[in-house]
Amino acid sequence: MSVVVVGAGPAGVRAVERLVEAGIRPVWIEESPDGGGRVFQKPPPGFSRDAKALYGADAARAQAIHDTVARLRAQVDWRPGTLVWNLRPGPRLLNTQGPDGTTQEVPYERVILCTGAMDRALPIPGWTKPGVTGLGAAQIALKAQGLAIGRRVALCGTGPLLLLLAWQLTKAGAPPALVLESAGWGQTLRAAPGLAWNPVGALRGLAWRAALRRKGVRIHAGALPLRVEGADSAQALLWRDAKGAEHRTEVDGVAIGYGLKPETQLADLAGVPFAFDTLQRLWLPERDRAGRTAVPGVYLAGDGASIGGSVVAELAGTRAALAVIEDAGQPVDPLETDMIHRRLWLEARFRAALERAFPYPAAHAAAMPDETLLCRCEAITAGDLRATDAPEVNRGKAFTRIGMGRCQGRVCGPAGAEVLAAARGCAVQDVGRLRGQMPVKPVVMA
Amino acid sequence: MSARDDRRAQAKPSTGGLNRVPITADVLIIGGGGAGVSAALHLAKRGTRVVLLERGLIGGQASGVNHGGVRQQGRHPAEIPLAIRSRRLWSNIQELCGSDVEFDPCGHLKLARNAEQEADLLRWNEMAKGYGLETTMLGRNAIRAQHPYFGESVIAGSLLAEDGSANPRLLAPALARMARAAGATLLEHHKVESIEPGFRVLANGQEFTAPILLNTAGFWGGEVAARFGEPVPVESLNPNMLVTEPLPYFCSVNVGVVGGDVYLRQIPRGNVILGGGRGESDPALPRSRPLPDPGFLAMRKAIEIIPRLEGALIIRSWTGIDGGMPDALPVMGWSHTTPGLLHAFGFSGHGFMLGPAVGEILSELVLDGRTDVPLEAFDIARFNRQDGVEPDVWKTRLE
Repeated sequence: MSVVVVGAGPAGVRAVERLVEAGIRPVWIEESPDGGGRVFQKPPPGFSRDAKALYGADAARAQAIHDTVARLRAQVDWRPGTLVWNLRPGPRLLNTQGPDGTTQEVPYERVILCTGAMDRALPIPGWTKPGVTGLGAAQIALKAQGLAIGRRVALCGTGPLLLLLAWQLTKAGAPPALVLESAGWGQTLRAAPGLAWNPVGALRGLAWRAALRRKGVRIHAGALPLRVEGADSAQALLWRDAKGAEHRTEVDGVAIGYGLKPETQLADLAGVPFAFDTLQRLWLPERDRAGRTAVPGVYLAGDGASIGGSVVAELAGTRAALAVIEDAGQPVDPLETDMIHRRLWLEARFRAALERAFPYPAAHAAAMPDETLLCRCEAITAGDLRATDAPEVNRGKAFTRIGMGRCQGRVCGPAGAEVLAAARGCAVQDVGRLRGQMPVKPVVMA
Repeated sequence: MSARDDRRAQAKPSTGGLNRVPITADVLIIGGGGAGVSAALHLAKRGTRVVLLERGLIGGQASGVNHGGVRQQGRHPAEIPLAIRSRRLWSNIQELCGSDVEFDPCGHLKLARNAEQEADLLRWNEMAKGYGLETTMLGRNAIRAQHPYFGESVIAGSLLAEDGSANPRLLAPALARMARAAGATLLEHHKVESIEPGFRVLANGQEFTAPILLNTAGFWGGEVAARFGEPVPVESLNPNMLVTEPLPYFCSVNVGVVGGDVYLRQIPRGNVILGGGRGESDPALPRSRPLPDPGFLAMRKAIEIIPRLEGALIIRSWTGIDGGMPDALPVMGWSHTTPGLLHAFGFSGHGFMLGPAVGEILSELVLDGRTDVPLEAFDIARFNRQDGVEPDVWKTRLE
């Protein structure tokens, strides 16, 4: 049986591990040069920060994932540095591009897509200036290269990643100058009972807060970034506090990220049906609790299917591999699948509470000023999109070119939908979602 | 029908109950591509009550996803008068559409890559002169001097300077806005469920009646014709399109080749749009998708004529569903079986630029009973002839 696993983050690693245990030798394709995913991003060879410094409380899990990758590589058809840029569900083929730019067709009987997630952007005027990046991107710069994005850094976002990055930068000796949390205290407190579904996770959040306070880093709850100012690069951030007062803080680096967004393009090309998730305010590919989709041979696991974090990704990766094994007619241990389902259920309760506590600031996105460069690839402003009579996002794309550039709407898509829905006076799900086309990322002409 | 009816019909849920009160019109149009919306506009401008039914969104298939060529060059002689008439309308496209739809009369340069292809260019140019179309032949030296980006494989080219390109995503929706402003009723998400003679058309739970029915349904026009006993050999044609990241600006003309295996143009943002080969589709859904292999072939052909494209990044691809006829000519004209039924479909991958004129000609056939553009070659009955379709001596079939 030809099984392909796309992605070598926590979900992909655990999926491959379980497939190998069942005697299957999958093709394992990873876009970056090594495994671990963005959450357990490794520094390049020669860098010497230890795991504890890089991954904090998750050091042991990070180490376990890296060790598992190292152990599995010889037991699978390991293809690092390889982009999967198309999936054809009919003939069951993937198209890949390797590190040397050569393209290949990879057949599959079953494929587990563990495609991970990316920063969820909130475009504001000036967000395309040098010095501005994503929150997750800033964290990867720190983890992979030991780099802070500036000397006076503003972090803008919501939820655990914001706190974690603030704490990691502080520990690394580069405490942020400004931390803007979009969620208000009221929102967080109302969701607090639900956060008890994962006491360890919830306590960790409180511990970060306390540690940051001790170091003199203040977190502005209910605060939103308004505009990045500066001639050639970010020099100041204009922002609004919870009471509505505007402030201007001099900074030379700004990281913006309001949670994460699953990389769902391959699931889309596979023809997996999508449903609107009202908590995450995103269109997500539909799957059962084992990761099976309505498309024969296509399975989903990890943050690429729905944001759940690395613990959920590991469980879901194992579960999807078990589904593949089960669907191939081999026995699986029902006690193990039950245990995974129970843990996934618990994690889902926690995740739902997190989403309620730290929602995407949709109203702020919808109200972005007309001059905001909403689509940075094609230089399309929010005003351009509002000026159309497009009833849904694909028409908005056809009329204005929004989402037509290099990122194919992966960055601007969700914020664009909020802008268009507000302009049409309808719910965000009523403007639909951008249709995907190959290639999911750029492919070299040859 | 009033604007309020329009809004009511638009607002109806797609699976609403059957409305027993039919909506009447002078002309019903099935299919909201370039031909259909243009017909709606020209008819409405002359005071006709028009209702257009579109299964998806206006301009969502062939009219919206093509290369955007506004090209007279290289056409079959039978299509040239139609193309010339349409090109005249393109000169006033702002007035017709309320938008310039990014029309740029940048010229269409058709390349020869061997002596036989060069001879084909000369032969076509000679023929086209008879229709008043002026072309300029560029030999090896002239084409090198004027277009230094071409590779060694290019030995000659023919320029039709008044040809050009436009943005296909904008044309049909722009025509639709003007048609609505002129009083036509255009209903999207109205998939036709049944058609009875007379005509009585059921779409989205609503019945529509009119004495005249225009079949501008693209590929699906074949189903409408078959419904009235005039089946035609129409196939789903899916142009495989790619676009690069923005590149430094180098190419001002719309580029084609003899044989049509690749065509490309660079838009003002710098992206190069290139096409060649076919994607795949399931017209029943309807769904279409571009394919990698024809894409790679088109890339190699493009790199052969423009070597600097090697290594550029392809950022997106697309296709759509057009009606392709065996002789690559459209079906256009009155039905032979059913009075009041007027066809215009099967534009075989090169109907985009014709849309404005096709609509005007359909309006003339309906309202004046005549038009000055010869349509005999487009007669639907041509597929019934014993000797089959005429051989493709002009090699227009692939373009």
